[in-house]
Amino acid sequence: MSKAVDILVIDDEQVVREGVCRVCEAGGFSIEAVGDAASGLERLRKEVYRLVLCDVMLPEFDGFHVLDMMKKAGITTPLIMITGCSTLQNAVNALKEGAIDFIPKPFTVDELESGIQRGLRYQQLMDLGAFPRSLGKKASDISRPCPREFHRLGRLSWVKIENNGIGLVGVTDLFMKSVAAVKELTFVEMNRDLIQAAPCATVTSQDGLVHEILCPMSGTIVTRNEQLLPHPELLEQDPYSSGWLYQIVPTNLAYELNHLIPCSQDY
Amino acid sequence: MHMISQLARKIGFKLIVVVGVTTFVTMGIYAYITIRTQRADLFAEVERHAMQLSETVRNSTRYDMLLNQRESIHTIINDIGSDPAIDEVRVLNKEGKIIYSSRKENIGKMVDKQAESCYACHAADQPLQRLSMSQRTRVFRIHPDSARALGVISPIYTERSCWDADCHAHSKQQQVLGVLDVTFSLADADERIRASAFQVGIFAISAILAASFIIGFFVNKWISLPVGALLNATKQVGGGNLSYTVPDLGKDDIGMLAQSFNTMTMKLSEARLQLFQSDKMASLGRLAAGVAHEINNPLTGVLTYGSFLLKRTQNHPELQEDLKVVVRETLRCREIVKSLLDFARQSIPKKTASDMSEIIDRAVAVVEHQVSIKGVKIVKSLEPHLPKMTVDPNQMQQVFVNLIVNAADAIESGGGTVTVSAKLLQLAPQGVAQVKSACCPKGHNLITNDFKIDGLPAIRVKARYEGEEGFMMLDPVYGRNRNHFDLNVKARTEFEMVCPECGISLLEEQGKCEKCGSRLLSFVVPSHGEFEACVSKECGWQRWLAVDSAGKQEYVELIVSDTGVGISKENLAKIFEPFFTTKGQKGTGLGLAVIWGIIDNHDGTISVESELGVGTTFTIRLPLKRQPAQA
Repeated sequence: MSKAVDILVIDDEQVVREGVCRVCEAGGFSIEAVGDAASGLERLRKEVYRLVLCDVMLPEFDGFHVLDMMKKAGITTPLIMITGCSTLQNAVNALKEGAIDFIPKPFTVDELESGIQRGLRYQQLMDLGAFPRSLGKKASDISRPCPREFHRLGRLSWVKIENNGIGLVGVTDLFMKSVAAVKELTFVEMNRDLIQAAPCATVTSQDGLVHEILCPMSGTIVTRNEQLLPHPELLEQDPYSSGWLYQIVPTNLAYELNHLIPCSQDY
Repeated sequence: MHMISQLARKIGFKLIVVVGVTTFVTMGIYAYITIRTQRADLFAEVERHAMQLSETVRNSTRYDMLLNQRESIHTIINDIGSDPAIDEVRVLNKEGKIIYSSRKENIGKMVDKQAESCYACHAADQPLQRLSMSQRTRVFRIHPDSARALGVISPIYTERSCWDADCHAHSKQQQVLGVLDVTFSLADADERIRASAFQVGIFAISAILAASFIIGFFVNKWISLPVGALLNATKQVGGGNLSYTVPDLGKDDIGMLAQSFNTMTMKLSEARLQLFQSDKMASLGRLAAGVAHEINNPLTGVLTYGSFLLKRTQNHPELQEDLKVVVRETLRCREIVKSLLDFARQSIPKKTASDMSEIIDRAVAVVEHQVSIKGVKIVKSLEPHLPKMTVDPNQMQQVFVNLIVNAADAIESGGGTVTVSAKLLQLAPQGVAQVKSACCPKGHNLITNDFKIDGLPAIRVKARYEGEEGFMMLDPVYGRNRNHFDLNVKARTEFEMVCPECGISLLEEQGKCEKCGSRLLSFVVPSHGEFEACVSKECGWQRWLAVDSAGKQEYVELIVSDTGVGISKENLAKIFEPFFTTKGQKGTGLGLAVIWGIIDNHDGTISVESELGVGTTFTIRLPLKRQPAQA
């Protein structure tokens, strides 16, 4: 069996393909690049990849179509959406449809690398790609799922709406497992408004990579979990309880809840 | 034929025809009846006359007859018969022989009992002994083509002195001794009747013609011409010319229709404008999204390779510095594109709790570069900790971008400053709260869009004073009193105020002004109680309980001012009107109108002050809470 190629990138822009390839090769990954959805799907059917990087705007069929076809074909390779139409709506939709992450263009090398690392670690954890078309483990096998009453943005972050209307925001255990040991956490400023699918905090891991946490729901910040600053390891130990990030007042609750996945369906 | 059928469709023509026919029929009947009546009257007159004469003749010859003075009787009869109106006077004896006559040739002739002069009595076998008045007269023609004649028969009844006389001419048994027959020529009377009929006929025809012309003239003036003008206007507007206005067509129904039509056209053009604007914004949004997407790809190339190089040259500090600049500026591009996309996303105005300072920051970031090229500095003076406001952040950002760009444009070469400031205010409703809807007791709308005071629709009330009538436009801003009067009213007088639609009085029965004791004008602001105002021009006292009881309200005041060329007084008044621009070809004239709409939609107010050569200041006031009084 040929060694699985690490990464497949699907993007119609040559400079993007070349750039990604350059960065990945420098990072020691093997990579293939195609320019449209059809070729991408063809490759996915033939080869086994560890990770797919896919643009949303492609000729003929878009990135969502690729996601869809992959699901139908039972291809479980994790997919990261990259897109030039960096509107948050795209991000939210992608994550709901099953993409494991979202990187808006233009991205720096670091942003790309962090994303790839997370994706690959996720793939390892799920034991995907090691065997062709293996179904891999369930997410709950490798990480603690979110409590039933939570709602999650893809597999990245969660929000819990409490009885008094306050929203509690945090990261998922799976996300924390996909980053190396956390070194530091950075919040955003208090008087900033959080917007769904926009970065709301950054986590720096021991390997020097910086990971952005995408916010699950728009709102105004009430409090930040300041005790995470000296003890960022709480994020790994207890992400759903004492490892919460923010308390917010949601500004568009009803509408945005539709874009999240209720955690009750993971059980 | 085509022309005629076209003509037949016109209202004016139909009206004229109907009226003409009616007049014709009416006048015709009138003329006919008049002529007949006149004829009958005249005839009756002549008849009476004839009867009288007949009686007179009989009476005047009676004595002579008794004495059998034949010569005398002849003379009398001849004399009387010589009157030109009298055709013949004759006396017939009981046998039917003409014994006396004014026509000598007839004396001695026998008259047939069947002749029409005898018919009245001798029609039956037995002659009538007595004759009624109407039976004694007959109308006939002496000769077929001669004039008409009227004959009166006066039977000479017997009396005692007739048969008792010595001459024994008449026996006792005879009732009727003879007949006096007077024949009158009716030529004269007929002539007069003809003349009179002619006159009536002429009158009738003239009346019909005159009526037709008058009707025709006024129908044309009051109906055909205005309808034609309106028809023309609908064609113009239908063809797309929305700035066409119908000329003033007077104060009647059609005049009102014309006015209403103009209002409708104006509203249509405003609506079309809004549509254009949203169309424009939508295509602008699409353009911006397309541009952003196009830019993002090459930008990715630059950023990816740039940051890559930065990483690779970690051991080359001198290269690092330069590469850092590249990466930093590319990141900045990224931010600008992001804000461009956010800005262009002009979907449904979504109001969310927003931080005004942030919106202003974003707006300034968008225009900062292009503005600084001109040497214009942007100074921000934002009060810290401004509370969040429920606004559409994209629209608000649009407002600021527009105002700042306008401000920068107003600054000529040489540089200048644009200042943007924001602060919190507490304002009492007086001078701030606006009446957006007002009704008379019967429910008619008093707000008029035709007259604006400082850009806001005024409250229109009809005022009556000493027989004169006029309109009063009230300032819709509570307590500001920048009212306009139509009527020339002396100071310190009161006038009657009524609803322009139904005339119902708007003055309060009981209340009195708390300041000067005059009467109070009052109307209802739907859902917000009653609004009272003193009628005295000088006093200006007003009370609006619903708004007063809500107390002072918090507002955020946003100011954009520049040190530019300023705006002249004439232009200042028109500045928020759609399509008004001082930028010639460059300006669309829509910017400020759209801004006005956005601010109005947020229940706020925008005003402008300017001084030529010094600068201009735009002031926006937005209520913090959704005001109950700003329905």
